[in-house]
Amino acid sequence: MNAPVASLPLLHVADLSLEFRTRSGTVFALENIAFSLNKGEMLGIVGESGSGKSVLAYSMLGISDGAARVTAGTAMFGGADLLKASEHELREIRGREVSMIFQSPRTALNPIRKVGHQIEDVLKRHAAVRGVDLRERAIDCLKRVRIPDPARRYDAYPFELSGGMCQRILIALALACQPSLLIADEPTTGLDVTTQAAIMELLSSLAAEQNMASILITHDLALAAQYCDRIAVMHAGHLIECGPAEEVLNAPHHPYTRRLIASTPHTAPSIAAMSPIPGNLPDLRRSDLPPCRYAGRCERFEAACNAAPLPEFAITPHHTVRCWNAE
Amino acid sequence: MNTKHLRYVLKENPITAVAFSVFSLFVLMAIFGPLIAPFDPLDSNAGPALSPPTWHNPFGTDSFGRDILSRVIVATRLDFGIALAAVLLSFVIGSAFGCAAGFWGGWFDRISSRLADTIMAFPLFVLAMGVVAALGNTVGNVIYATALINLPFYLRVARAESNVRREAGFVEAARLAGNHDLRILAVHIFPNILPPMMVQVSLNMGWAILNAAGLSFIGLGVRPPMPEWGIMVAEGASYIISGEWWVALFPGAVLMLAVFCFNLLGDGLRDLIDPRRRT
Repeated sequence: MNAPVASLPLLHVADLSLEFRTRSGTVFALENIAFSLNKGEMLGIVGESGSGKSVLAYSMLGISDGAARVTAGTAMFGGADLLKASEHELREIRGREVSMIFQSPRTALNPIRKVGHQIEDVLKRHAAVRGVDLRERAIDCLKRVRIPDPARRYDAYPFELSGGMCQRILIALALACQPSLLIADEPTTGLDVTTQAAIMELLSSLAAEQNMASILITHDLALAAQYCDRIAVMHAGHLIECGPAEEVLNAPHHPYTRRLIASTPHTAPSIAAMSPIPGNLPDLRRSDLPPCRYAGRCERFEAACNAAPLPEFAITPHHTVRCWNAE
Repeated sequence: MNTKHLRYVLKENPITAVAFSVFSLFVLMAIFGPLIAPFDPLDSNAGPALSPPTWHNPFGTDSFGRDILSRVIVATRLDFGIALAAVLLSFVIGSAFGCAAGFWGGWFDRISSRLADTIMAFPLFVLAMGVVAALGNTVGNVIYATALINLPFYLRVARAESNVRREAGFVEAARLAGNHDLRILAVHIFPNILPPMMVQVSLNMGWAILNAAGLSFIGLGVRPPMPEWGIMVAEGASYIISGEWWVALFPGAVLMLAVFCFNLLGDGLRDLIDPRRRT
């Protein structure tokens, strides 16, 4: 593979595998995930629910279920491997270097603490701001996410704010210490379409301002297409296609990506013209999972598909696909 | 919490307003008791012995000729003091242990929960009697005994409430912002379980007063001639048959009023602490 444009990526994940040991068997939730992310870049991770998008994001921050085990791989971030960092090291990274925003902004805020104080908590924890400055800095953070009348909102409780406003507060919290990487886990799922657009505009403009890299986890291809520089498509714990957003969308190579795009509402004139993807995700507890986990649903399946472990094919230096039969 | 919220809560709920005013009356009595009492509570010349209520002795006098009104007023400080100290003790220990047990689970949870079960398996008043009898007949031991029998309730409430919140979104968010467990417990979990705990505290205050008075009634804890509601009821009990009803009635009625007031206070306290309830 050719050398990437930037000298060193901000985040480089290689060969990541993760499993959940549950009572009903081991769930092979992630297998051989590899991607990298440059400074200032926005990567969209798309896929249907259950495909492992959120697990992937959470494993970057070392927060997983007690049942989860990272069995292989590295996630190099700023010279350190996030997957092998101690709890103590991770606490220093979380909120300062890597921040996260969530799907349901209302539950991610402490219901009985003023939002201003919640922002101050982060500043106190990571930026060592004290005393009088603290309130000013917190109000600044609110101003940056374009909350009207920030000095008054400082004293508001989460239940007094709308969902979109809560999401802005959450963004303010996440960006308070100017992290170099932001992970947004379905940040707009609970919001209506107009608010959704406003939040995404805000996120991408703030990211550009701070030259911050971000990972957008979403099941909404249209959203990812609109805002992301690159798109990674996940299916059943495999990262099956990854490349520049334009390329992935206009010239998808993996059959699943094709079907995913064909099943997105805005490309079809009516519901009848939409083409759903047949079948379901395979049961990830099976120990005899085929090398290609899409094999059971694939229209281009051939016996040769399951013959050997599935390698990653580079179509261009920045566009990879995991399929023997890619077009 | 400021006066604006207090005013709002009182205006919204007249019962809370009544409870708060009765409560403040009791607090005033506890603080200024000896100053506002018309007689010395131990003075046996306040009136003729066993005099029924008169203008001179509004609650009557007991068999030693002591003024019952003065004794009831002065006793407030002791009864409230015992109840407050006991509730504070069980609140602090119970919520600390309960939070830890509910948040971390594991062996600490198992041990503390079974300990609470063991305490609750005893008839609680008998347990308190046993503790005071074994440790000695002092006010301090009445407080410890009352705290001990109240402890399981705090432990249970704190454990259950923190257990449901350990998976809450804001707890996870706090962890992802780089906070360690102790800070999450102190800043995020504990303030959130405070409203339901407050209801428990208030109900428990009434119960603790009743318990302290009950112990004195059977001759444990506070000893005569010290004025205390339980002892006064005990002293008066033997005169009810002979028609001197006022000796037992007035301290008993004040005791009842105090317990009633605390029972009403619970919701108001919760409303004051929970910002979602006062808008």
